[in-house]
Amino acid sequence: MFFGVAHNSIAAEKVEYLKTDWSFKGLFGKFDRGALQRGYQVYTEVCSSCHSMKYVSYRNLAEKGGPEFTEEQAKAIAASFEINDGPNADGEMFDRPGKLSDKFAMPYENTKAAQAANGGAYPPDMSVLVKARSGGANYIYSLLQGYEDPPIGTVLDEGVHYNKYMYGNKIKMANPLSDGLVEYADGTESTVEQMSKDITTFLMWAAEPHLEARHQMGFKAIVYLIILTILVYFSMKRIWSRVETEV
Amino acid sequence: MSDHNYIPKSKFGKWFNDRLPLLSLASHLTDYPTPKNLNYWWTFGGILTFCLITQIITGLTLAMHYIAHADMAFESVEHIMRDVNYGWLIRYIHANGASMFFLAVYIHIFRSLFYGSYKSPREIIWIIGIIIYLLMMAAAFMGYVLPWGQMSFWGATVITNLFSAIPLVGEGIVTWLWGGYSVDNPTLTRFFTLHYLIPFLILGLVVLHIWALHVPGNNNPVGIDIKKPSKDTVPFHPYIVIKDGFALLMFMIVFAFFVFYTPNILGHADNYIEADPLVTPAHIVPEWYLLPFYAILRSIPDKLLGVVAMLSAILILAALPWLDTSKIRSAVFRPLYKQFYWILVADVLILGYVGAMPAEGLYLLVARVATAYYFLHFLIILPVLGFKEKTLPIPLSITDPVLGGSPNLVTAKNKESLNQ
Repeated sequence: MFFGVAHNSIAAEKVEYLKTDWSFKGLFGKFDRGALQRGYQVYTEVCSSCHSMKYVSYRNLAEKGGPEFTEEQAKAIAASFEINDGPNADGEMFDRPGKLSDKFAMPYENTKAAQAANGGAYPPDMSVLVKARSGGANYIYSLLQGYEDPPIGTVLDEGVHYNKYMYGNKIKMANPLSDGLVEYADGTESTVEQMSKDITTFLMWAAEPHLEARHQMGFKAIVYLIILTILVYFSMKRIWSRVETEV
Repeated sequence: MSDHNYIPKSKFGKWFNDRLPLLSLASHLTDYPTPKNLNYWWTFGGILTFCLITQIITGLTLAMHYIAHADMAFESVEHIMRDVNYGWLIRYIHANGASMFFLAVYIHIFRSLFYGSYKSPREIIWIIGIIIYLLMMAAAFMGYVLPWGQMSFWGATVITNLFSAIPLVGEGIVTWLWGGYSVDNPTLTRFFTLHYLIPFLILGLVVLHIWALHVPGNNNPVGIDIKKPSKDTVPFHPYIVIKDGFALLMFMIVFAFFVFYTPNILGHADNYIEADPLVTPAHIVPEWYLLPFYAILRSIPDKLLGVVAMLSAILILAALPWLDTSKIRSAVFRPLYKQFYWILVADVLILGYVGAMPAEGLYLLVARVATAYYFLHFLIILPVLGFKEKTLPIPLSITDPVLGGSPNLVTAKNKESLNQ
């Protein structure tokens, strides 16, 4: 534990990340359902044009502990994407509407295509992105709000942007968000801060789809263990009272 | 092995026991006379057994779903985390279980250092323990490679490259270990095979470790030999069983907290990025439990000597029963050793801390001083201390506060008979 904290601080010593009241933190942390649904909307309308999510399936959108779209909604979402399938009986690949069992449609055919379309930088897959960055959710949340003009004297190459939370401050991704970019289905005002929070919550769920189940089980398991420990403590005292030694 | 002759009550029991004395063994294990003054630092043996069994059971379950292939390993781990029923639970128990295992083994080792449990007649128990510890490190290292994340790949590259320091044959050995010219699929499949094998080797050694323990019996906080059974001992069951159980439950609460609430804090974020041979991470750091040795490795400017120093740091422990010349076991009666003991604990913690930091500037200097002190402790301080230290008088037995005992049972008996 001591060392874990120690090496996390190396990455964090550069800048203090922005923080917000994450619904999924704490012993009883759960995802904010609204934030997950809005976050999915941000992902699909903004991020998904470059970032894949290859480990997440459309069925996950309707599962418990996730955005909890109804099954019909999830089916409709899946059907709105073209999925390349095959080969069929004639040996041909073909496109068909997506099904619940499909993984999220990929924006590019492969990594090379993604790099070619993005000036050599590969937009990372977002399935486990929150867990793959040492600052976690706060880092993603900060990065999305960290775009600013470079300090005087900093020269940026063509296609490189300045972000105060990015490692080395130079990022190939252009500022993806601007106020009002997305028209939220639930009427929430889509400020950059709001969208950053929603998409980060969605990405946290994508990285840890069983987080709610984990928190619930953890609480029960620890309460159970504490009660059992107390009972065992008293029976131990009882047993050892036959010996004139302190336990 | 048994201290008394056990005769089963039933006719079948007697018939069976004459052919395979399992009932005698069970009877020996339940009645095994244990010093009654063992404190909670002695409960970690049981806790470690629990850790090993937990790792084996969760590991077998993971192996049913994991795919040891460079193109599929990372994805199969995500499959376990998302789609396998309670896969996330099993994997988080296994991943954090490794850390818990090392936490417990470090406490177990440092308990032995404090109370002199490695001294005669327990040298073989100690040496088997060191071999178990070495195998644990090998298993943990290879296990960390299996998810095939960035830290897996680059950690494997750094550690296997250490063998290239061996003169003449080094490069050949590295190629042989990799099964190719870089860490790749053949490396992954052999690491998986060995990661599967080693826990069972450990299990066998644990049996020998406990067997060797049951010959002289447990050491104890006073560090004197005691008569067994006597009023200084209690039968293993129920006294030690319930106490070990209580300590295990406390340990499990800490374990559960990590698994359910901070399952990734002991890992490195980069290991959630799939391995990429073309991108080197900014810092390549091993898991926390290997950091002190990593610091020793990096504190020596020469690669070969660094590897030698790192290996010596572990192997020197095997010579400990002979490096420590003091006849008194427990640090309780060794006022000077007690102080050096705590300095060593601090030294190892400092090594762990600098092992996580970049090897430069002040960190490197601290690492060098701490490395030098580590060897100084074992090679100079301990041997000299045995001759120079004025130890405190030790009691005759655990029950009697009468002083004038000796760590050795034979001399203790002689003194006792002289006193009578």
